[in-house]
Amino acid sequence: MEDTIAAISTSTMSSGGISIVRISGENAITIADRVFKSKKNISLKNAASHTVHYGTIWNGDEEIDEVLAVVMKAPNTYTREDIVEIDCHGGILVTRKVLEAVLDAGANLAEPGEFTKRAFLNGRIDLSQAEAVIDVINSQNEYALKSSVRQLSGKLSDKIREIRELLIDNVAFIEAALDDPEHISLDNYVEKLEIDVDKSVDNVDKLLKTSDNGRIMRDGIRTVILGKTNAGKSSLLNALAKEERAIVTDIEGTTRDVLEEQINLGGIILNLIDTAGIRQTDDYVESIGVSKAKKYAKDADLIIFVVDSSRELDKNDDEIMELIKDKNVIVLLNKSDMETVVNKEDILKIMDCNVLSVSAKEEIGIDKLEDTVKNMFFSGNIDVNDEIYITNARHKNLLKDALNSLKLVKEGINMGMSEDFLTIDLMAAYEKLGLIIGEAVEDDLADQIFAKFCMGK
Amino acid sequence: MPNISEEYDVVVVGAGHAGCEAALASARLGLETICFTVSCESIAMMPCNPNIGGSSKGHLVREIDALGGEMGKNIDATFIQSKMLNKSKGPAVHSLRAQADKSDYSRRMRMVMENTEHLLVRQAEVSEIIVEDGKIAGVKTVSGGVYHAKAVVLCTGVYLKARCIFGDTSYETGPNGLQAATHLTESLMNNGIEIRRFKTGTPARVDKRSIDFSKMSEQLGDDRVVPFSFTTDPDSIQKEQVSCWLTYTNEETHKIIRDNLDRSPLYGGVIHSTGPRYCPSIEDKVVKFADKDKHQVFIEPEGLYTNEMYLGGMSSSMPEDVQYAMYRTVPGLENVRIVRNAYAIEYDCISAVQLDSSLEFKKIKGLFAGGQFNGSSGYEEAAAQGIVAGINAAMYVKNKEPLILDRSESYIGVLIDDLVTKESFEPYRMMTSRAEYRLILRQDNADIRLSKYGHRVGLISDERMNSVLEKERLILQEIERVKAVNIGTGEEVQKIVEGAGSTRLITGTTIAELVKRPELNYELLEPIDKHRPQLPCDVREQVNINLKYEGYIDRQMRQVEHFKKLENKIIPDAIDYAQINSLRKEATQKLEKFRPRSIGQASRISGVSPADISVLLVYMEQFNHQNKQ
Repeated sequence: MEDTIAAISTSTMSSGGISIVRISGENAITIADRVFKSKKNISLKNAASHTVHYGTIWNGDEEIDEVLAVVMKAPNTYTREDIVEIDCHGGILVTRKVLEAVLDAGANLAEPGEFTKRAFLNGRIDLSQAEAVIDVINSQNEYALKSSVRQLSGKLSDKIREIRELLIDNVAFIEAALDDPEHISLDNYVEKLEIDVDKSVDNVDKLLKTSDNGRIMRDGIRTVILGKTNAGKSSLLNALAKEERAIVTDIEGTTRDVLEEQINLGGIILNLIDTAGIRQTDDYVESIGVSKAKKYAKDADLIIFVVDSSRELDKNDDEIMELIKDKNVIVLLNKSDMETVVNKEDILKIMDCNVLSVSAKEEIGIDKLEDTVKNMFFSGNIDVNDEIYITNARHKNLLKDALNSLKLVKEGINMGMSEDFLTIDLMAAYEKLGLIIGEAVEDDLADQIFAKFCMGK
Repeated sequence: MPNISEEYDVVVVGAGHAGCEAALASARLGLETICFTVSCESIAMMPCNPNIGGSSKGHLVREIDALGGEMGKNIDATFIQSKMLNKSKGPAVHSLRAQADKSDYSRRMRMVMENTEHLLVRQAEVSEIIVEDGKIAGVKTVSGGVYHAKAVVLCTGVYLKARCIFGDTSYETGPNGLQAATHLTESLMNNGIEIRRFKTGTPARVDKRSIDFSKMSEQLGDDRVVPFSFTTDPDSIQKEQVSCWLTYTNEETHKIIRDNLDRSPLYGGVIHSTGPRYCPSIEDKVVKFADKDKHQVFIEPEGLYTNEMYLGGMSSSMPEDVQYAMYRTVPGLENVRIVRNAYAIEYDCISAVQLDSSLEFKKIKGLFAGGQFNGSSGYEEAAAQGIVAGINAAMYVKNKEPLILDRSESYIGVLIDDLVTKESFEPYRMMTSRAEYRLILRQDNADIRLSKYGHRVGLISDERMNSVLEKERLILQEIERVKAVNIGTGEEVQKIVEGAGSTRLITGTTIAELVKRPELNYELLEPIDKHRPQLPCDVREQVNINLKYEGYIDRQMRQVEHFKKLENKIIPDAIDYAQINSLRKEATQKLEKFRPRSIGQASRISGVSPADISVLLVYMEQFNHQNKQ
């Protein structure tokens, strides 16, 4: 019934290595046979499932690429349909030509998320797993991956279910009492209810608090480097960028309105906010100005403040420190290789933060920076092995809504509202939480989830 | 021998609470209607409790009235005590209940029926339905009379193959010894209708003179009676009221019941049908609430011209001697004399999942059903379905859109939606907890919610509709006004605020904001609201409720919007559920069986999980997409 779809399922941005064209559907193998010529003259139709075949792709008379064709027969495939994957070797342009050949042979171009949607429709995965798939695809480091995988395995669902159960128990009791006041009394019930609501508020709050960490794990730590001229910011950047640590790709994020430069610091992503081109100039503070620093400092997860420890602190330093003193700050006392006039205590007098002595130029102490960042963001606050993290914006918003409803229940209790009012907000919280794990229905939930996929997934 | 053969637009089978509303609605919409009853004396009979309304049922009566039904008017004319229940709770659960004079209630409805144009009441037992090409064509009576009709409404109540039972005594009659209808079931089954068997029960009626009321607490009616019908002038129904009485069972009662459970037909295995969980017999209560040391017993008069008293809360199917023994353990009933025994009644009915939301059979066009026949319990539930079935039979004959009320606008909508989407295995009783949006579905605003539908179908006059619109206008206007009235912090204001037990104002605020304080209300603030216009009582009530609970009402409205979105996602008729691999097997079967109208309705079918709904949504999107191409 379903048509056969195809798409390039590797990143279309990467220019080298192997690209994969994936075909899925009833006619996947027939279509593949129309474009694929095996070196051993084997027709894919006769090939065993889960076998690899070497050959060439043709569009009419034109030979396009030398490929490996992987045949996977239903139902043991990602979509539970017949799938043929064509591993192309000739770069992205050639891959596109291979796709064209496949489309000419009768396949339809897959819509974004359609492979996963089919996996879902064919019962291979459920909705929350589908949502986790997108998170896995989008995760940029191993912490995030772990978190998404944990969602795949249902830990978040368990936690949410536990909260929901407590809420629905209370609703059920109130409803039962309203219907059968003779046998079920609500006298003093709000006292118990309040305890349960407090507990739920607490639980939702905790989950919500992990969402910052969750975002950090998925997207990286939003980092701003501040410091006055000649403090050594670019030496620091160069030091950080060494040893192939820098990924150095410009990611045009859909959620980000600025370009960021990413640095992988021992598995943790630092997103250096880069509107002015951080590495161009040493006149950083001058070029972005205090007002801009203020703006970026506000949204930053981490501020690295570079101080030239060979010079006395001046008005500029004071001004910056005043701006950032309530933030997550690491102060780098740079130029430790020279004679220093500023020490740790001078900084700690002004603000409470981590202070490290480094020499960016000599690359001394950079490993300490790495450890400190890890400590600040991952070991103290986060234990990536046991906890659940909210890494998904949809989940976060729903948790916020649920929290808000629970607070309204509290408000109702304090106002002395009768129980039949309190159930309105209790149910609202219950529903919102249900939407996170697919136990409540929303008309566009599926759209929201599948719309986030890119082509070929 | 030639048989009678007559032609009608609509045939209604049964003249109980459902049948009366159905027949009246159809006839009032101008259709030639005949209403069959096994006994003209039993029109709108109340064979169980002597009251109308009560928690959530009062809502139904108000809604029936707003649609143009008769029940509200009938009880307003024949009540002997009236009370607004749950006044200590929020307005959503306030509920009106009135004790009826049973014979008056029945007599007045009979007069209304007999004097309605286009309506004929006919005493005869209908034994067959006539179906031609999947369409209803009429009915046949036991005597062979043929009544052709374009639409038929089945409101057979508890009469189909009825059997009354107490102890080991049983006889094949309807309630009160009335003739049962023994033939129709077979005809229905022959036409592919699935029949099930339910039971219900009623307590004994006892002689008032044998009761010692001094051991009971008196239950009075309200000082100021509120009518059920929006058309009844409240001043016209203030009258002297009778009392009800409250007493309790005790451990001794429970011991007698427990010791004799083996003699109960239900527990002894004679009755196999399913009874209502929410209207349980005293046996059920003792078994189910084993830890309770007492249960309420309400002693209610059956009418002004009889000494019979109804023992509310003690319905039973125990043998006579056990009934006597257990009743006589109750304080005030030590010497009680039974006039009529308590009994259980078994009857044939259907699972209403065979109907669509208009109460028409999915498989037989023009055949409608309402009332206890659909597996509900209660007079009000019956009447509510009756009026909808009657209206839709008329709409069907007139070839117009059926009236389908949804869950977000009425208890009737909740009732019917539950009946047609949830397979119920016991008689269905209306309850406030069944209505998700009950703060919006209040008994006080039923006219504003539903008059437009009554008007659209033709049961509510232009004049009545206009007065509802005017009321609505006045409410909105007054709400707007008080939102703009800032009352400052003057001494007069503080005096009123503090006088009501609220805290002093620090800054000035509006009347609208002040009404929200728990201790205050719209009426209390009248002295400081200098330019308040003269408004009718019902308008003032609406202004108060809408202001006071504004936040809650708004939030509930948002939930309704979400609900509507799902209701408006219509499932294409052509959908083949068997094609959707990821639906669970149970869901596929249920969806095939129910063929729900919308995603919203699908989501309420038991056995269809939210995950199935997500699958369905995604599939539908693909389906619609492909069909467009």
